[in-house]
Amino acid sequence: MQLSREDLLDSYRRMRTIRAFEDRLHDEFALGGIPGFVHLYAGQEACAVGMCMNLTDEDMIGSTHRGHGHCIAKGCDVEAMMLEIYGKKGGLCGGKGGSMHIADLAKGMLGANGIVGGNPPLAVGAALAAKTLKTGKVAVSFAGDGASNQGTTFEAMNMAVVLQLPVIFVIENNGYGEGTGVSYAVGAKDIAQRAAAFGMPGVTVDGSDFFAVHEASREAVERARAGGGPSAIEMRITRYYGHFEGDPQLYRAADEVPGLRENLDCLKKFRQRVTETKLLEAAQLDAIDRDVATLIDRAVAKAKAAEFPGAADLTTDVYVKYA
Amino acid sequence: MAKKTFRQAINETLFQEMRRDPRVIVMGEDVAGGQGGSGQIDAYGGPLGVTKGLIGEFGASRVIDTPITESAIMGAAAGAAVNGLRPVAELMFVDFFGVCFDQIYNQAAKFRYMFGGKAKTPLVIRTTIGAGFRAAAQHSQTLYPIFTHVPGLKVVIPSNAYDAKGLLTQAIRDDDPVIFCEHKLLYDTTADVPDDAYTIPFGEAEITRDGDDVAIVAFGRMAHFANEVADKLTKEKISVRVIDPRTTSPLDEDTIIEAVEDTGRLVIVDESPPRCSIARDIAGLVVEHAFGALKAPIAQVTCPHTPVPFAPPLEDLYIPSPAKIEAAVRKVMAYKG
Repeated sequence: MQLSREDLLDSYRRMRTIRAFEDRLHDEFALGGIPGFVHLYAGQEACAVGMCMNLTDEDMIGSTHRGHGHCIAKGCDVEAMMLEIYGKKGGLCGGKGGSMHIADLAKGMLGANGIVGGNPPLAVGAALAAKTLKTGKVAVSFAGDGASNQGTTFEAMNMAVVLQLPVIFVIENNGYGEGTGVSYAVGAKDIAQRAAAFGMPGVTVDGSDFFAVHEASREAVERARAGGGPSAIEMRITRYYGHFEGDPQLYRAADEVPGLRENLDCLKKFRQRVTETKLLEAAQLDAIDRDVATLIDRAVAKAKAAEFPGAADLTTDVYVKYA
Repeated sequence: MAKKTFRQAINETLFQEMRRDPRVIVMGEDVAGGQGGSGQIDAYGGPLGVTKGLIGEFGASRVIDTPITESAIMGAAAGAAVNGLRPVAELMFVDFFGVCFDQIYNQAAKFRYMFGGKAKTPLVIRTTIGAGFRAAAQHSQTLYPIFTHVPGLKVVIPSNAYDAKGLLTQAIRDDDPVIFCEHKLLYDTTADVPDDAYTIPFGEAEITRDGDDVAIVAFGRMAHFANEVADKLTKEKISVRVIDPRTTSPLDEDTIIEAVEDTGRLVIVDESPPRCSIARDIAGLVVEHAFGALKAPIAQVTCPHTPVPFAPPLEDLYIPSPAKIEAAVRKVMAYKG
């Protein structure tokens, strides 16, 4: 599938929305208005968007504790997301999930996940449902380099190969699992090859290159949809902020992030490529930037003004029906 | 009505529900068996023969033999359940929950609440429980208290073939995740079981013996022991009410409290270690809601606070016995405040 101009604008809008959303959360969190743990996705935008541009609303994704980007890339409502992260009524999960459990099943977003390695088996299940019910849908498990070491991930990869399920394992290798580097914690170093050892195609792409991510994802999604079974894609990328908000990132040298922001920023690279090749004009991208800024301002204002869930909400939605 | 074994009742239920609803699938280790071997498919039909024959009618796409990877089994079943299937996943022995619990209690059990009521997870986890199989510490526990502790799960412990069919039918048609605990020593017990499908609602205890001197609450295999004791003591004019709650989550609290109000004496039998057990849970419930009715301290007949031993005489000592239950009944009857 060639990306049309419309697709490119859409891709840029999604990536810019993620960046603005996360930058704003970084600021707002520092001011103290957001409860709990927040893990930001800024820097990794091309990974989520490059993959999700190949998916429909009916396809399903499983996400991680760093899940806002996956939500936005999959088309979740940004205002409802912001409400959820503030724990407010009207949030995507009614304020009962928060940043780490944000989900929108109607958009095929099966949830951020507070457990590292929590979603790969679930994505396998989503793919099993697709295959059994012959819906033609595919499932994508987004996981990090940390999750790539978890037994659940290995079990999920093996089962996906055994049952030949339409699932894609995306490993976003952002260099750190919490505060420990990949070069220390991933024994095999090459995560894609380790995935390939389970018996599926495994490739590595530059996660800051939207076009490379999109192309690798397209191949994997087409293979899965055509009944060709699972694939793995390792996307090498960085995160700009800490593991969690408030993390001083003492495990990174002072010049590491500024250098990456300068040279490997996925939004800068995208803008440069589409303007230099005359696919899009800078003015079109600038207009999106302004739209997105307005959207985020409105979402934050709405979230701050909204009410918290009421006491009656504490005990609802545990079961469909109990006693 | 035909006499059927507990095993046949469950097997028949799976056939009927899979015929009724194409979204029902069965998955687990050797639920058929024989895939990838040089011999026959359906070589096992489940390690204890409970799923025998299903693959012949429904095929390998609905009767799915999995690798021995419990996290992937439970997670895939949970992920499939929120995406339109109604999986019946088998956890061969409940003792194996330790290698897959995250997918059950952090994922499946919490989807609905975490996602603000938008998720439905119609998942049944069938598992075997119980000592007396000479299978020692890692294949003999009951562990239902641990699952009962988790909001979002329902926990079912059938004590006989009739209940097994009605409760499993309910579990498969239920829209919440259900842990269905099958005691290994009940598989060959028989009861009258109707051929047609029927459901038994969760949270409704069965009073298997009526009486007004003392109440016994007992689950699963222990319900049989309680009935035995009740029948024996009737001859001595001790009138025993036996309550089999059938599900620990939801729990039929009213029937238990009413029994204490009627009899003033309670013995709870629980094939589990005593700490944080269902026995303690029910004792706490009764103390809170029926304290004034108690004529004697509540007696709890449980396993000791040890792993399940291997040596047969030790295992026999480990399991609550009719003799221990009888002694507990006599003790509460003899109590003089």
